[in-house]
Amino acid sequence: MVHVSATPVLALRGVSKRFGAVQALTDVELEVHAGEVAALVGDNGAGKSTLVKTIAGVHPIDEGVIEWEGRGVSINRPSDAQQLGVATVYQDLALCDNLDVVGNLFLGRELLRYGSIDEVTMEKRSRELLNTLSIRIPSVRIPIASLSGGQRQVVAIARALIGDPKVVILDEPTAALGVEQTAQVLDLVERLRERGLGVILISHNMADVTAVADTVHVLRLGRNNGSFPVKGTTNEQIIAAITGATDNAVTRRQSRNAEATQ
Amino acid sequence: MSSDKTTVDTSKGGVPADEVLPPAVEVIDPRLLVREQGFRGYITEFKRRVKGGELGSMPVIAALIIIFVVFQLANDRFLSANNISNIGYYLAGAGMLSIGLVFVLLLGEIDLSVASVSGLAAAIFAVFTTTHGMNMWLAVLLTIVIGVAIGAIHGFFLAKIGVPAFVVTLAGFLGWNGLMLWLLRKTGSISIADTGPIHIVDQTSFFMNSSIAGAYILATVGVAAMLLSSLADQARRRKAGVPFRPTSEILLRTVLLAIVSYALAIVLNNSNGVPNALVLFLVVLVICDYVVRRTTFGRKVFAVGGSIEASSRAGISVPGIRIAVFAIAGGFAALGGLFIAGQIQTANTQAGSGNLLMLAIAAAVIGGTSLFGGRGNVWSALIGGLVIQSIQTGLDLLNMDVSIQYMITGGVLLAAVVIDSVSRRTQRTSGRA
Repeated sequence: MVHVSATPVLALRGVSKRFGAVQALTDVELEVHAGEVAALVGDNGAGKSTLVKTIAGVHPIDEGVIEWEGRGVSINRPSDAQQLGVATVYQDLALCDNLDVVGNLFLGRELLRYGSIDEVTMEKRSRELLNTLSIRIPSVRIPIASLSGGQRQVVAIARALIGDPKVVILDEPTAALGVEQTAQVLDLVERLRERGLGVILISHNMADVTAVADTVHVLRLGRNNGSFPVKGTTNEQIIAAITGATDNAVTRRQSRNAEATQ
Repeated sequence: MSSDKTTVDTSKGGVPADEVLPPAVEVIDPRLLVREQGFRGYITEFKRRVKGGELGSMPVIAALIIIFVVFQLANDRFLSANNISNIGYYLAGAGMLSIGLVFVLLLGEIDLSVASVSGLAAAIFAVFTTTHGMNMWLAVLLTIVIGVAIGAIHGFFLAKIGVPAFVVTLAGFLGWNGLMLWLLRKTGSISIADTGPIHIVDQTSFFMNSSIAGAYILATVGVAAMLLSSLADQARRRKAGVPFRPTSEILLRTVLLAIVSYALAIVLNNSNGVPNALVLFLVVLVICDYVVRRTTFGRKVFAVGGSIEASSRAGISVPGIRIAVFAIAGGFAALGGLFIAGQIQTANTQAGSGNLLMLAIAAAVIGGTSLFGGRGNVWSALIGGLVIQSIQTGLDLLNMDVSIQYMITGGVLLAAVVIDSVSRRTQRTSGRA
């Protein structure tokens, strides 16, 4: 389970981000190790999406440090993140309905042979990739439009893997899926972990989080509100951290008293 | 069937029996439709497609047959060698406009200015060569460059300023027509010398000087190229272990193409041979088909036509593609304008007016390129152009008034768009759009 290489592949130290008058992120810490699924949970507006976008290079951070394999890096553009090895699968999948699976997997990085698109090698590599991920789709040559929601999701995730990333960010991968399709996607997440990738999983669904994640990082109002290993943590504890049930007048008084007695 | 050459679907052949998938994919969802082997599989697949609204080029082939039968019954000169030759010759000019429009339609946009730009190109060319005595070939080059620049301007307003293509090109439709009228304001028309490039697209210019061999050489080259490239593709796919077209299907396609090509060669040889304008048109089609289906540029055009969001996230420069595509449309409009000027050896104020724009758009749509973007191929410029030009020529033979021609062409365009919309909806409901 949490087996943890010494240096995290990706670490955020004291990251802050402002949008005008809104302090979206304040001193956020996050670590992802190779072969670890780190769930990022929090209520709406907690800053999950903003945090992910800072890692993906959509919104550069204002303060703090992003460390990649132990050394500080600056991520200012999406291409910076891609070059480091961060792949992001957004909630709206961003696939071209009219292109087939192969076309979508290689979109923007088609393989060439004598200057023309090498459909044969692309098709072969697509089948190999989908096989290693045990992804079941009827054919790699049918348009995305004819796939189900779950199949599209796994294609979108597979697409992220074409560039051999080290960290994959999944934004609500099971939000619109049925029971069986959700299971397929969760299986896929576990296979990513087995391949030694660091996975950041954003989810609202506690069942999904406890099913596949190794650690859970809770964001609340743009701040860290606790990190838990999934083993030994109950759903109630996580939900309490998400909703801030631990952060009310009673608990604050208790903690003040505790500090005073020390 | 043989024209079913959409970009993405190159492996319709399914998996032959000796090409068993690796085990991991063999465990497929039992609800999925798996194609049966052999000829029966072909038929069931065909039925399923029709039910699912994937009509492909069937409606247009049916329409062509109906058109041929009706006009032949009305006038027995319709299917004569000379008239077929005429259809082939005259479809090239408007066909060039349609090729450019196919690119624009693949993007999901529209270009209403192509006819005006073609008229302007003819006027510019006439001013260059007749008024200023410029070298013909240089003038051709400059005219096409100007067409490309005009298209790029349209693309700039769409991509960078965000004006809808419909409005930009509508402004261009009027504006470029105005510029042409201004260029020709003194004389109203300028005649063009029937030499060099203009003579090549003249109606009296035939491939290999009307030699009987010319048509057969063209047919043989076309059929051989298709057969060899299909076999080479099959061999590569077999080696790579991915599904390939069965040999029976390749042979069937080749035989069909051979029948059509040689029949056409015989008919055209009964006239004067293959018009050079048609040969040029076919060469340009082959090049454009390659660009659309086998280059990264073509793939990007399809991607932008499918989803702008997905394309830009994949690192495709959407504004760049848009400007490039409109530039292509402008270039082809200019080229088509030169073809049309070559038909009459004159640049006059009537060039690019009338129903030329409608014909060019109709040809692309009738040929099977969707108005909704992301679906289609450049061959629709040929197939649709054939339908449109057959109707035109047929009505001319019957001495129909231009009013009737307009009404019938309008009806055909509407029918094509209806088929496009309905097949798109059927594909949606059967989950294949």
